[in-house]
Amino acid sequence: MLDSISKRILEEVADLHTVPEGAYNIRVNGKSDSRNTTANIDITSKTDVSGIDIRIKDGTKKESVHIPVVLSQSGLKEVVYNDFYIGENCDVTIVAGCGIDNCGNQDSQHDGVHRFFIGRNSHIKYVEKHYGQGDGDGKRILNPVTELTLEEGASAELEMVQIKGVDSTDRKTYAKLGAGARLVVRERLMTHGDQYAVSYYEVSLDGEGSSADVVSRSVARDKSFQKFDSKIIGNTVCNGHTECDAIIMDDARILAVPGLEANSLEAALIHEAAIGKIAGEQLMKLMTLGLTEAEAEERIINGFLK
Amino acid sequence: MLELKNLTFTVEDEDGSRRDILSDVSLTIEDGRFIVVTGPNGSGKSTLAKLIMGIEKPTSGRIFFDGEDITEMSVTDRARLGISFAFQQPVRFKGITVLDLLRIASGRELSVSEACGYLSAVGLCAKDYIRRETNASLSGGEIKRIEIATVLARSTRLAVFDEPEAGIDLWSFQNLTHEFTKLRENMNGSIMIISHQERILDIADEIILLTDKGIARRGTKDEIMPEILGTSAAVNMCTGNQSFAGVIR
Ligand SMILES: Nc1ncnc2c1ncn2[C@@H]1O[C@H](COP(=O)(O)OP(=O)(O)O)[C@@H](O)[C@H]1O
Ligand SMILES: [Mg+2]
Repeated sequence: MLDSISKRILEEVADLHTVPEGAYNIRVNGKSDSRNTTANIDITSKTDVSGIDIRIKDGTKKESVHIPVVLSQSGLKEVVYNDFYIGENCDVTIVAGCGIDNCGNQDSQHDGVHRFFIGRNSHIKYVEKHYGQGDGDGKRILNPVTELTLEEGASAELEMVQIKGVDSTDRKTYAKLGAGARLVVRERLMTHGDQYAVSYYEVSLDGEGSSADVVSRSVARDKSFQKFDSKIIGNTVCNGHTECDAIIMDDARILAVPGLEANSLEAALIHEAAIGKIAGEQLMKLMTLGLTEAEAEERIINGFLK
Repeated sequence: MLELKNLTFTVEDEDGSRRDILSDVSLTIEDGRFIVVTGPNGSGKSTLAKLIMGIEKPTSGRIFFDGEDITEMSVTDRARLGISFAFQQPVRFKGITVLDLLRIASGRELSVSEACGYLSAVGLCAKDYIRRETNASLSGGEIKRIEIATVLARSTRLAVFDEPEAGIDLWSFQNLTHEFTKLRENMNGSIMIISHQERILDIADEIILLTDKGIARRGTKDEIMPEILGTSAAVNMCTGNQSFAGVIR
């Protein structure tokens, strides 16, 4: 049975109020708490390391898999390997996400390594939310690694969200795209306090006509630090775009390192990066509508990260 | 009622010399009045509007709203008291939709159909816009209309519009002038519009001509029009100065 803290965290990271429909695996404090499989989606535990294998049959459409992780025991550190084998012609939604409640004074850490093998002409939407709470001195640490292999005609849409409470993140995302494959990444990040967040992308456009669009929107407050390091490699006729759009506040620091590598005359690659504080005119406009300066700031940030 | 008493706004230029943008301007706008401020570019019209809204603070002079001295009051408090302002150059927001903005403006959870009403009033086909972000994808004319709609949605006792005509076609303009009249009737409030548009001058109770020497003249359209044609504005018109091509007929 889930306690109230776990329930609250599941709401935050996976929008789950009850047990999800479809396939799921809920991991709480280092153990699988509950699991459900469907005719098309199988989940099995790994035997050599901790983690699961998720196998999705060819032609599976409009199904979802939820694999949320909850850590509420202070001092727990785990590395988990989850592998997704997605057949051909699928269209599925995968909701991951990790929430840490740390009330103690020891660091809690979850390092999830997710590998996706996406079959021909399959589409996945992958949502990963990070969330931390608890007022202990122990840190809440999340270091996810995501590796994607997209076969011909496959597409993946990644939504990576980290808005609150995670002290330290080192995110690495690697993708290799086959012919006609498409990768879309939307990262939203807010850091505050002394938080530290690094996001590294390495996208290899290997197949003809492949494309990638990697966009990060972030807000850094207080004394937090963010680094967005995104590299797109074009090896053939392909299209790549990466963008970092950041609002800096207080004493925060942001480092944007957009990188492009063209190994083919036919590679069309673009990067954009913008860092700036909230515009004074924006605050002023909302204040003329009756908001206080603090309320105006909140609205602008919420809109920006929406 | 809005009273401006001896407002002076002085700025320091780059070379360190001081320059009066507005000097000793006094003006009273009674309830239910519709006044238009016109005058050449650079005469301080936008500055005057910003002083009323509290975006700029006067170097000297006082501002009273319904008898209360609001000279030191913040923008937020003035807004809550019942003053609104449509900017000459509206700002844009990433991720804030037109509906969000209208809801913030009205201070309540406006229904979609109510929000659409405000958009129609400014000549926008509401369904196409209500969910749009107020970001750089909107054209200058579109963002300008949305700016006006936010002030209509506030329906406060005093509304100041800074050159609302910019980017708005004449057909929509008919509607807009109708909205201004309606706004005044509904609120028994006062409206101040900074404009060069003759159609707006037509519906004003009173026109104020602001020049670099301050309020040069105030009166009805018939009294003021000859005056306008005899000022530097007319000269600008002859020299093709786009910034103030006289009154747009
Ligand atoms: N804060 C300021 N600092 C310096 N100069 C200003 C400031 N505000 C306005 N001005 C100057 O005052 C003059 C009047 O500006 P404005 O009020 O925008 O005129 P208008 O709206 O009549 O065209 C302009 O020359 C403008 O550059
Ligand atoms: Mg102006």
